[in-house]
Amino acid sequence: MIESSGQRGAVVLMTRVRFARNIVKHPFPGWAKESQRREILAECLPAVAKLPQMKKGFSLETDTLSDLEKQILHERHLISRELMAVKGGSGIVISRDQSFVVMINEEDHLRIQVLRGGFNFRRVWNTINAIDSSLEEDLDYAYMPKLGYLTACPTNVGTAMRASAMMHLPALVVANQMERVVRAVNQLGIAVRGLFGEGSDASGSIFQISNQTTLGESEEEIIKRLTSVLNTIIEQEINAREKILETEPNRIFDKIGRAYGILQNGHLISSGESMNLLSLVRLGVDFQVFPEEIRPAVDRLIIDCQPGHIQYRAGKSIDSEERDSFRSTLLRSEFEKVAKPSFSIGDAQ
Amino acid sequence: MGNPLKCDLCDKPATVHLTQIVNNQIHKLDLCESCAAAKGVTDPNGFSLADLLVKGGDTVESPEVGGIVCEHCGFTQKDFKRLGRLGCPACYDRFMPLLEPVLANMHKGVSHLGKVPAKALQRRSLQDRISGLETKLQEAVVAENYEDAAKFRDEIKLVRDGAEAEPAT
Repeated sequence: MIESSGQRGAVVLMTRVRFARNIVKHPFPGWAKESQRREILAECLPAVAKLPQMKKGFSLETDTLSDLEKQILHERHLISRELMAVKGGSGIVISRDQSFVVMINEEDHLRIQVLRGGFNFRRVWNTINAIDSSLEEDLDYAYMPKLGYLTACPTNVGTAMRASAMMHLPALVVANQMERVVRAVNQLGIAVRGLFGEGSDASGSIFQISNQTTLGESEEEIIKRLTSVLNTIIEQEINAREKILETEPNRIFDKIGRAYGILQNGHLISSGESMNLLSLVRLGVDFQVFPEEIRPAVDRLIIDCQPGHIQYRAGKSIDSEERDSFRSTLLRSEFEKVAKPSFSIGDAQ
Repeated sequence: MGNPLKCDLCDKPATVHLTQIVNNQIHKLDLCESCAAAKGVTDPNGFSLADLLVKGGDTVESPEVGGIVCEHCGFTQKDFKRLGRLGCPACYDRFMPLLEPVLANMHKGVSHLGKVPAKALQRRSLQDRISGLETKLQEAVVAENYEDAAKFRDEIKLVRDGAEAEPAT
């Protein structure tokens, strides 16, 4: 039975809220000397690491990580490219379950981030708000009543909050509607980016959608506004899915069927191609062409097929073609277990 | 999403399109990949919109505020134009005349309406009060005014005990 509207929640892969915070009397990381960054790190790292939410978490200086380890954390959306590039005096604290991470001396002294699967701003907001209030007991935040939380870049001043949802929008992409959506939401002060933020492409039809402005509205208002835009986008995606199923089901079933074939039999699959194939299988799960049980594995593979993760799994330095081969082996073994898709509408035709 | 537009800063084809609408005013920029990278637009953590706005024609410079320097961290107006970011929290005070028009263009409003770090502010005002009393205590001791000194000492103790007994909320 093919159904397009039963999986509203599945359109949103992940919800994330990030606060930028700075400490009074210290220069911002980009302007600070390395010795000053080290002082800031020495002040912030223990305050963050002792939070109850960080119990049994990981706390380390970025310098102690290899480039591959940094890339893996980036691919898991835990650290940014900017933090990867800081030389000396930056740090990371990550909770055991990886749902809460604090970057120290990235663009701001503290970048506090809470992320959760699915569409759940209320819960993410409550968690990050409580964490922020606990940190405030130890750290003197830079704050002005008129401008709110002071940040290195004036684009973040005020709430210094970036709320974002990672959305899977394959039907809008297939229907060539994404440009129209991006234009419409931009006008509402909402930004659309690729899976890995600004400048990344939209492989796998996965987009990050977030608020652009931070001053002149409360956190709750920003989240409310963003949620209403996200609900409209979900609606549009579901409409686009219904339309494809109604008017040209074979076009989308062909893509899903071929994706399954390649994942089961391919031998050289690049990371971009794997994202697109997995994205189609995920859509297949939404259409109940594949069983719901494989969804977590598909979502996990989207991350596990990234170049850093493949390199790590290989356990040694391998070139891009070897990575593609390694990735295909992983995908073949995962998809060997997945039963043949059942296209009830398509089969009937 | 092909677009035949040319980059606003050079003549290469534009691949990065930036649109912001604030107070019904449209700010549009079309950039090629290399200009976008050079301006930091592809940086996932914010970019120097201030710099882009300055170069894009929206001047934020005026003779009264020319050549501002933050005495706290040495950051200059030139640095701000170059980096699009500020040097330290105190820069906000110093660069306010320069920032106001930029902020009005960037955001929904120019006043903060969100969370207040109540605990941090309360603690800071408590610390200010205690250090004010400590100064007075020192002055009284130097002036051999022991009666006042005892009064200030008791007051400091009272403020400290009060803060411990009733943690900031």
